[in-house]
Amino acid sequence: MKKIEAVIQPFKLDDVKEALMGIGVDGMTISEVRGHGRQKGHKEVYRGREYTVDLLPKVKIELVVSDDRCEDVLKALTAAARTGKIGDGKIFVYDVAEAIRIRNDDRGDAAL
Amino acid sequence: MTLHNVKIERCDSLPPRWSMSLPKSCLLLISVLPVTAWAQSTADLQAKVTALEAATRSAQSAGDNAWMLVSAALVLMMTGPGLALFYGGLVRRKNVLGTMMQSFILMAAITVLWAVVGYSLAFADGTPFLGGLRYGLLNGVGSAPNPDYAGTIPHQTFMVYQLMFAIITPALISGAFAERMKFSAMLLFMVLWAFFVYFPMAHMVWGKGGFLNAAPGGKVPCLDFAGGTVVHITSGVSALVTALYLGKRLGYPREPMKPHNLVISFIGACLLWVGWFGFNAGSALGASSLATSAFVATHFAAAAAALGWVLAEWIGSGKPSVLGGISGCVAGLVAITPASGFVKPFPALLIGFLAGIVCYLMVAKVKQNLGYDDSLDAFGVHGCGGTLGAILTGVFATSAVNGAYQDAAGKTLPLGLVDGHGAQIWNQLTGCAIAWGIAIAGTLIILKICDALIGLRLTELEEIEGMDVSLHGEEGYILEA
Repeated sequence: MKKIEAVIQPFKLDDVKEALMGIGVDGMTISEVRGHGRQKGHKEVYRGREYTVDLLPKVKIELVVSDDRCEDVLKALTAAARTGKIGDGKIFVYDVAEAIRIRNDDRGDAAL
Repeated sequence: MTLHNVKIERCDSLPPRWSMSLPKSCLLLISVLPVTAWAQSTADLQAKVTALEAATRSAQSAGDNAWMLVSAALVLMMTGPGLALFYGGLVRRKNVLGTMMQSFILMAAITVLWAVVGYSLAFADGTPFLGGLRYGLLNGVGSAPNPDYAGTIPHQTFMVYQLMFAIITPALISGAFAERMKFSAMLLFMVLWAFFVYFPMAHMVWGKGGFLNAAPGGKVPCLDFAGGTVVHITSGVSALVTALYLGKRLGYPREPMKPHNLVISFIGACLLWVGWFGFNAGSALGASSLATSAFVATHFAAAAAALGWVLAEWIGSGKPSVLGGISGCVAGLVAITPASGFVKPFPALLIGFLAGIVCYLMVAKVKQNLGYDDSLDAFGVHGCGGTLGAILTGVFATSAVNGAYQDAAGKTLPLGLVDGHGAQIWNQLTGCAIAWGIAIAGTLIILKICDALIGLRLTELEEIEGMDVSLHGEEGYILEA
């Protein structure tokens, strides 16, 4: 099992969700986060006082998939989230030791 | 009223002239009958004229009173919700309620003060510097007009209209010490400030026999139609003094202190713009053509100032901002306040435009360089815009708009520099100097007293926690509720 953690542009969330559901992914967790990578923030000016806003709003998607589906999911996700500009975000993939469905004790791929 | 007096004179003078022109050969019977009839009809006519006069007076009073009550309500609307929203949006989220409460509680506290003794100290006969106690507990302030101030509206209307000014003036100061003053200290400060600064200043400029009153009786006639010196210079300068005395907010200017909600500031500023028609046009104290003139000047100045600030900012920092636009309109409204009842529309545009640019430079450049923390720019907008407006009033005031100055024979005299009366600028400067002086001295003394009695600043922990929770035990935004 792999955990896929993708930080994407907030306005791309709907496209990504649709793409993932299109290839049969049923579950994901979304959080609103702030951060930056190479994309530097922007400048705001209030009555002459300048503020540099370098932590920008992003959306983080977390989902766990079976090993054999991982590559397809990554392709769909990347294609849907890409604009080609700096600030599109990043995807990290981790190995997952175990998954348990709380309702009925299903374990491993059966729990996904 | 003048018109009806003339009519009565004519009626009285008709019969004698008429009878003299009768031929001497007229029979007694013929001549007596019509004269009796004439006498009767004259009495009828006189009664009718008297009734008509009373009806006209009552109609004018009804019209004037309607406008003045609306104006009073408009000026109250400037404090709450206008100023409360404007200031509330400019602070950080944790201080939104505390900031709005400062304006709101003054609507209550100053009202009580005004009823007990405030109105009397500002408007009763007294010394040139402070009113007496004749109207204490609103004694004698009833439905009969007070011809010293406004002969066509109930004295009570005048009293409640002036109250709204006494409320908003201290509320303006709260922008300077935002986010760091104790509630108790703020209340005590404001009450003392009303006594030591506002009541004397209002009496000097507007009170009968006041030192600076432009109506007959003032030693140095300073033209201040709606409160440039009384309201904006006093509050703006006091704001600077409190900002300097209290010191900067924790973390200023290192930490970001962005306005937390410019949307509510926007609503507040637009309410201020509308409310200002009551403030300035209402200062005509009647539904007259002078009120219209002040209304137009007010609106024009606000519009030009919004453009002035936005343009200056566009050039100065690259983008035309919403905060710049709404700050500009307020700056223009401040600057036109003393001039509104004395200037024509085009000078009003010019006054507004200049105010927009000057206040922008004051707030965005001068303040940033000097480093004091006038948190919401009460001084930069009200102190600076008010002083500019007071001086420009001396330049652009014209007798074509307002015959404020008359000689003993009732002939209208020139007002400002454009009328060829350059000396008026000196009177305006004197008024400004006195307002600055009283505001600085009064505010310093009051701050010392409050500091000694209860201490002015929140503790460091309270300031970090925010006024909403630490002072009032509530939060402005509970989004998960």
